[in-house]
Amino acid sequence: MIALPILLPLLFGALCLMAWQNPRWQKAFSLLGTAAQFGAAIWLLIRVQQNGIQHLQVGNWPAPFGIVLVVDLLSAIMVTVAAAVALVVAAYSQAAIDSPRVQYGYYPLFFFLLMGVNGAFITGDLFNLYVWFEVMLMSSFVMLALGGERPQIEGAIKYVILNLLSSTLFLSALGLLYNLAGTLNMADLALRLPGLETGNQITLIAMLFLVAFGIKSAIFPLFFWLPASYHTPPVTITALFSGLLTKVGVYALFRVFTLLFVQDTAYTHTILLIIAGFTMVTGVFGAAAQTDLRRLLSFHIISQIGYLLMGLGMFSQPALAASIYFMVHVILAKTSLFLVAGIVEKMEGSYNLKELGGIYSTRFGVALLFLLPALSLAGLPPLSGFFAKLALVVAGFDLHQYAIVAVGLGVSLMTLYSMTKIWNEAFWKEPKDPIRHAKHKPISSWLWASTAVLVFISLLAGLLAEPLLNLANQAAAQLADPSIYIQAVLGVAP
Amino acid sequence: MHRSILLSAAARYLMPLMLVFSVFLLIRGHNEVGGGFVGGLVATSALMLYAIALSPAALRKLLPVEPHLLVSAGLISALVSGLIPMLAGKPFMTGLWLKYPIPVIGKVGTPLLFDTGVYLVVIGVVTWILLTLAEE
Repeated sequence: MIALPILLPLLFGALCLMAWQNPRWQKAFSLLGTAAQFGAAIWLLIRVQQNGIQHLQVGNWPAPFGIVLVVDLLSAIMVTVAAAVALVVAAYSQAAIDSPRVQYGYYPLFFFLLMGVNGAFITGDLFNLYVWFEVMLMSSFVMLALGGERPQIEGAIKYVILNLLSSTLFLSALGLLYNLAGTLNMADLALRLPGLETGNQITLIAMLFLVAFGIKSAIFPLFFWLPASYHTPPVTITALFSGLLTKVGVYALFRVFTLLFVQDTAYTHTILLIIAGFTMVTGVFGAAAQTDLRRLLSFHIISQIGYLLMGLGMFSQPALAASIYFMVHVILAKTSLFLVAGIVEKMEGSYNLKELGGIYSTRFGVALLFLLPALSLAGLPPLSGFFAKLALVVAGFDLHQYAIVAVGLGVSLMTLYSMTKIWNEAFWKEPKDPIRHAKHKPISSWLWASTAVLVFISLLAGLLAEPLLNLANQAAAQLADPSIYIQAVLGVAP
Repeated sequence: MHRSILLSAAARYLMPLMLVFSVFLLIRGHNEVGGGFVGGLVATSALMLYAIALSPAALRKLLPVEPHLLVSAGLISALVSGLIPMLAGKPFMTGLWLKYPIPVIGKVGTPLLFDTGVYLVVIGVVTWILLTLAEE
């Protein structure tokens, strides 16, 4: 039953709505629901890995006419990582989300957001993808604005306006594409597009999709909404968004630029590669200028998106595999860092690096929880970030793409600089206000335990690099050859 | 606020009529104009007419359940309508119909249950939003 990743969040979202006046039940449902979803995701991953691409014709309407749900390895991996993040964030939320936010529907929104994310991962129809994007956008917009603090509203408005622009472009591109090909089923499109005599129209549509998904995934130069909005809500929500939302945009780019728009790769994928370079560089330079922990980490989200695009732009099987592994790595590491930032704020009452200090001497555990994902993000062995970058670099050398490899390595050094800056300022230096520092508040065990679990998973991703890279390689093999996807969904060979 | 006697007298009679009409739209909707969404909107406008003619508090009293329960029930019945065919070994969301039409209602099947879900969600959400705004 491959629709489970959509149905479980729907069910638990409805249950949380039912328990509107009863936060305790909602909290219990959130743990139960995300745990069930994680189980379903693992089951799905194993099944897809063993039996190949799974698909479901919803309502028994055959493939190009009805909506299909398709789970290939990439989708299954994304669903699994998203479910792991959701489970950890649900546990973290138990202590981190204040009761007014729970009363105004944090948990139902949480589940509807997950439903949108999972729906986007497993749909096999481009219009349906649009619908899931809207589900995601609406839930995330309300989550951003939940609580109604002044900066939140400002951030949420920027967020929703730019994302609505993206949706409009997406919808226009869908219209043009439907006009051209007469179908929006992804497998059917992949079958028909190569045969169409359309000149540059497909490339034009591809660029519209690039801009639409580019806004969602915060690539250069469309990322401005992200640093303007991500630091405004409680850090739990930012952690969830950083792990899931931009990655859905990147997933959509992966899907359309491996399955559909592969006619003129010399043009389209070179653009992707150039954008990848600029995204990495601007993200990391933006981060260097920040002193607010959340803003700094938000800029790093952007810079890491560049690495994901780098593999897609190089467009070879090893490069795609490297990007998929990188995606797993960055979702785990980035979410952990935001969760740690939340713990730091709970302890010291600030996100400002200038005011923080001395955490290493009093709270060694928290310092360690920060250090591991931070070094992983910077790419130090034996952590997952090292293997992810190594795989990308090797793939780049194979294709003689020296320029982008050089950029990637340079940005990696800058990332290390940023992480060292946080370490020096927040953890290492003498606290600015020793008296306040000495009486920091105790931390709920939900917070550190859930963060520790995520950091541990992220460590595992580094220790199990070889089997994971193997899995990513299998996923990339499915992406590199669209005929596998077409065959699985439509049952005909192209 | 000054209440109009004419409006409140008319609302008492109009509201039940509109509610019945909304159910008619709901049932008619599968192959003809109508459906859960429109039906839900008509039902909500009936409720809102009542709230405007009397008061939002009066509507709260009249509603047997809280709006969020309607949303929840609607979502679950839509979900169930998708799951029923799976018990019969068909894919998720396959439309299953009773063999013989029921008098007055007509053909009954899982799509009607789905539409009822939509109907409830629309009533729940719109009433919830409007009541919240009216009570501000």
